[in-house]
Amino acid sequence: MSRYISNTALQQEEMLKEIGLNSLEELFRDIPKEVRLKQNLNLPEALSEMDLLKHLKALAGRNNNLEDNICFLGAGVYDHFIPSVIDTLISRQEFYTAYTPYQPEFSQGTLQAIFEFQTMMCELTGMEISNASMYDGASALAEAMLMACQAVKRDEVLVASSVHPESREVLKTYARARGIKVKEIGFINGTLDLEELKSAISSATAALLVQYPNFLGAIESLPTLAEIAHNNKALFVVSADPIALALLKSPGECGADIVVGEGQSLGNPLSFGGPHLGFFCATEKLLRKMPGRIVGQTTDKKGRRSFTLTIQAREQHIRREKATSNICSNHALNALTATIYLTLLGKEGLKEVAYLCLQKAHYAMEQITKLPGFDPLYTAPFFKEFAVKTPVSPEDLNANLLESKIIGGYPLQKVYPELKNTWLLAVTEKRTKEEIDLLVEKVGGK
Amino acid sequence: MNIPKNLKYTSSHEWVRIEGNTVFIGITDYAQEHLGEIVFVELPEVNDEVTKGAPLAVVESVKAAADVYAPLSGTVSEVNEALLDNPELVNQDPYENWIVTLEISNPAEIEDLLDPAEYEKVCEQEE
Amino acid sequence: MAQNKQTPLIFEISQPGRKGYSLPPCDVPEKEVSELLPADFLREKPPLLPEVSELDTVRHFTRLSQRNYGVDAGFYPLGSCTMKYNPKVNEVVSRLSGFLHVHPYQAEETVQGCLQIMYELDRMLSEITGMDRFSLQPAAGAHGELAGLLAIKAYHTARGESRRTKIIVPDSAHGTNPASAAMAGFEVIQVKSNAQGGVDLDSLKAAVSPELAGLMLTNPNTLGLFDENITEIAEIIHAAGGLLYYDGANANAILGIARPGDMGFDVVHLNLHKTFSTPHGGGGPGSGPVGVKKDLIPFLPKPLVEFRDGKYYLDGDLPLSLGKVRSFYGNFTVMVKAYAYILSLGAKGLKEVSENAVLNANYLLQKLKGLFLLPYDRICMHECVFSGQNYHSQGVAVLDIAKRLLDYGYHPPTIYFPLIVQEALMLEPTETESKETLDEFIAALKAIVEEIQTDPELVRSAPYSTVVQRLDEAAAARHPKLRWQPETNK
Ligand SMILES: Cc1ncc(COP(=O)(O)O)c(C=O)c1O
Repeated sequence: MSRYISNTALQQEEMLKEIGLNSLEELFRDIPKEVRLKQNLNLPEALSEMDLLKHLKALAGRNNNLEDNICFLGAGVYDHFIPSVIDTLISRQEFYTAYTPYQPEFSQGTLQAIFEFQTMMCELTGMEISNASMYDGASALAEAMLMACQAVKRDEVLVASSVHPESREVLKTYARARGIKVKEIGFINGTLDLEELKSAISSATAALLVQYPNFLGAIESLPTLAEIAHNNKALFVVSADPIALALLKSPGECGADIVVGEGQSLGNPLSFGGPHLGFFCATEKLLRKMPGRIVGQTTDKKGRRSFTLTIQAREQHIRREKATSNICSNHALNALTATIYLTLLGKEGLKEVAYLCLQKAHYAMEQITKLPGFDPLYTAPFFKEFAVKTPVSPEDLNANLLESKIIGGYPLQKVYPELKNTWLLAVTEKRTKEEIDLLVEKVGGK
Repeated sequence: MNIPKNLKYTSSHEWVRIEGNTVFIGITDYAQEHLGEIVFVELPEVNDEVTKGAPLAVVESVKAAADVYAPLSGTVSEVNEALLDNPELVNQDPYENWIVTLEISNPAEIEDLLDPAEYEKVCEQEE
Repeated sequence: MAQNKQTPLIFEISQPGRKGYSLPPCDVPEKEVSELLPADFLREKPPLLPEVSELDTVRHFTRLSQRNYGVDAGFYPLGSCTMKYNPKVNEVVSRLSGFLHVHPYQAEETVQGCLQIMYELDRMLSEITGMDRFSLQPAAGAHGELAGLLAIKAYHTARGESRRTKIIVPDSAHGTNPASAAMAGFEVIQVKSNAQGGVDLDSLKAAVSPELAGLMLTNPNTLGLFDENITEIAEIIHAAGGLLYYDGANANAILGIARPGDMGFDVVHLNLHKTFSTPHGGGGPGSGPVGVKKDLIPFLPKPLVEFRDGKYYLDGDLPLSLGKVRSFYGNFTVMVKAYAYILSLGAKGLKEVSENAVLNANYLLQKLKGLFLLPYDRICMHECVFSGQNYHSQGVAVLDIAKRLLDYGYHPPTIYFPLIVQEALMLEPTETESKETLDEFIAALKAIVEEIQTDPELVRSAPYSTVVQRLDEAAAARHPKLRWQPETNK
């Protein structure tokens, strides 16, 4: 028997006897013969723990990891610093091996942490309510679209084409399923084309969805956009970078109705794309239309403050096909990670991270555009990510950089065919002046 | 179980009080008892037009949600806003605390409503 | 769980000037922020985040953890959730730098190890379920359902049958099934269960029509019972031009025993966080890979991992694909854990999983028969469902029994689900538990039943030993307080 099974052969026999059966085989007598598997599964031989470790270390060794490489690649997932405390705390079995807090008396730890998470996300985004997490930023944006269409009873949305390309794809998948029309609004100098927006928006528009800072690194002027959306009785939905919100005006202050985003930056490793974390905040008016779990404060029989899942009549286990969303398991552990990250960094630390990103990204932009043929693609304000024109193809630049253990930026042409020879570079607080100078030196071909 | 004699009922547990062309609508004692502690009532908008049998409002308890269906066709003339802040009123007195009033458009539909004795049978069958 | 003292919120222990981080000084020439960003973009009021030391943080979250209960601490027979032991070696391997610190947009030649794992995991899951291809993109079971249903929709549309807009869901199904169908833009038709707990064939026949897109089925179903009519069900649905969707939440019963692909299912999702031992994380992250038969491969979410000329690569060129349901490729480090689990067990080990899961469940069923009502008295699969209605007359609800179990140190079973059983009590012991653990748990339930006879109030008012007692959940929902506010709480 494998080491993960506790029953001995003798116990198995005792138990079968108790049940009144003679063999394990009889346990499966309800399964019709014609659908029983006749042969053994064709799988690799079981590995011992030692061999398993060897095999997986070899596989991990076939990847270039960011501990041994210098990363200037962002495009939605960022190489921020992760304090050591986080893994110690989230690995505590009481958090790690529990499930959704259905029994509040046994889950106050998870519940209180989520309540703290909700508070922090409300503070960052400037919104009144938050849920307990979504799968990722992209699916959170798609659910925001569904919620907006429900709330204003319209079935068309406008999305900036400067929103992350993967988010736009997910948005369109969810929209197609429900017969929602999605129109994209282009950009000028990196930010939303206001004229195009004004001619596209109408009394049929349920929501305007933008990203802050956007995929091109540029920072949209949210109040202007909020006003245009609200003049048409559409909701204003912002997908925000939570680190940037330490420095930038919160979407809430700027008139957003729903604020979602990718929370990976908040202490979650890149993990080849997941698991990360979606956050979902809104105005209180939209509470009954929210997707996902929500934790609320109440008291126990003895009058002690306590926390519980609440406003559950929105959810699939009660409302079934009329639920606001199908989400059940969410990304609780990633939300806990974000909560611990925001606790450690705190009010000053998050600002400092944002400040370092801002300074270093601007230094990198300044240095790189001193090189011949490298020019800023846009003049719009940016935070930690910016686009430059390159004299040669960015794929070639990246291939050369890899030899110096540098992971270069994102070639924008991949998703914007018209943006040939443009390169999106991200600079987090982790990048040193030396590393930035090395990038510039290597790119300059010296 | 309280089933007042002066009201009409539906098999989906709504009660109806008819005052000329205006009808008051709520949920029955049986319904509130089965839902348990009511925590929220979602109301329609005044002037919404509804047809008989269409969802009219939603009553939520901690662990359940129930649609309130329009017992008759008509236009919503009033909603009981007191329930927004105090949904528990429905538990306290389901017949005093109506949910909406309708101006009905097809009085002939009244014929289809159940009288108290018929409704009592519905409840007995469900038990 | 000894932490009976209330734990302040992190905001309440904040002290201005305290800090829990250390960052290097800025090593690039600094500019005034106002030179870099327009003044009207800048935040004036900082977010009210806590100011605490590193030790404060460690103490706070350690204390919170002590107000929780996990599988490592004890038995967690939460039905439908497969709370099995989470092997530690899987944690070690999933945290290797070469997996954890890899960017999803790195060049393919720099992520060959990641792609190989995804490629091989797809093959393994396909073999285990009898399907032809898996997409690993969905983040959880419900997300897999959505993706699978959208693949079904895309399939019908590509065949010029977009009139197929209806999905049949049995009344015993998990809530995510109808909710996912609605999100995928389908109309849901509910069918009844029969006296054996399976799908009622007459209702099913009455429900099929030219508009039928498919049927969602969990098999074994949420009653823990295997639907013996599965072949006939598949015939009815296929004859009507519909497809069969398999909710794999209960796959722990059938590993190496039977395969949905052989039962006639066209689309399957698995919950790696249930069947394949990846930890539940207090509610996630999970992973909900979706697998299909050959004809549906072109409609899977994109990209898929392919292998050619000795190289793994991402193929996003799938013109018929349903699109993407999330960014990137899925919850990769969760996949690594499932991959390691399958490699650790092999074919024989996986079969042992199901044998022991079913054995343990039937043992519970047998031993608890006298205590609770058994709505369907037959061999169960990996979980068993009782009704606690026999204690109704003593004024004790199944909720009370669950709460009393907390005092005995157990996480209770799932209660009030499936909805078709009154006062349902759904127990899933999993294969990793021993007979001794089950016997102790059975003894606890016996003791509680005794208490119901002698002192029902004791059970009705439980729990007593937990860090908080019963909560006023109605108040929580009537007057939602969903975040901390400095004014009112301090
Ligand atoms: C039978 C069944 N189907 C689907 C799901 C949904 O899975 P997830 O929570 O991973 O979305 C669950 C989860 O509890 C389940 O038990």
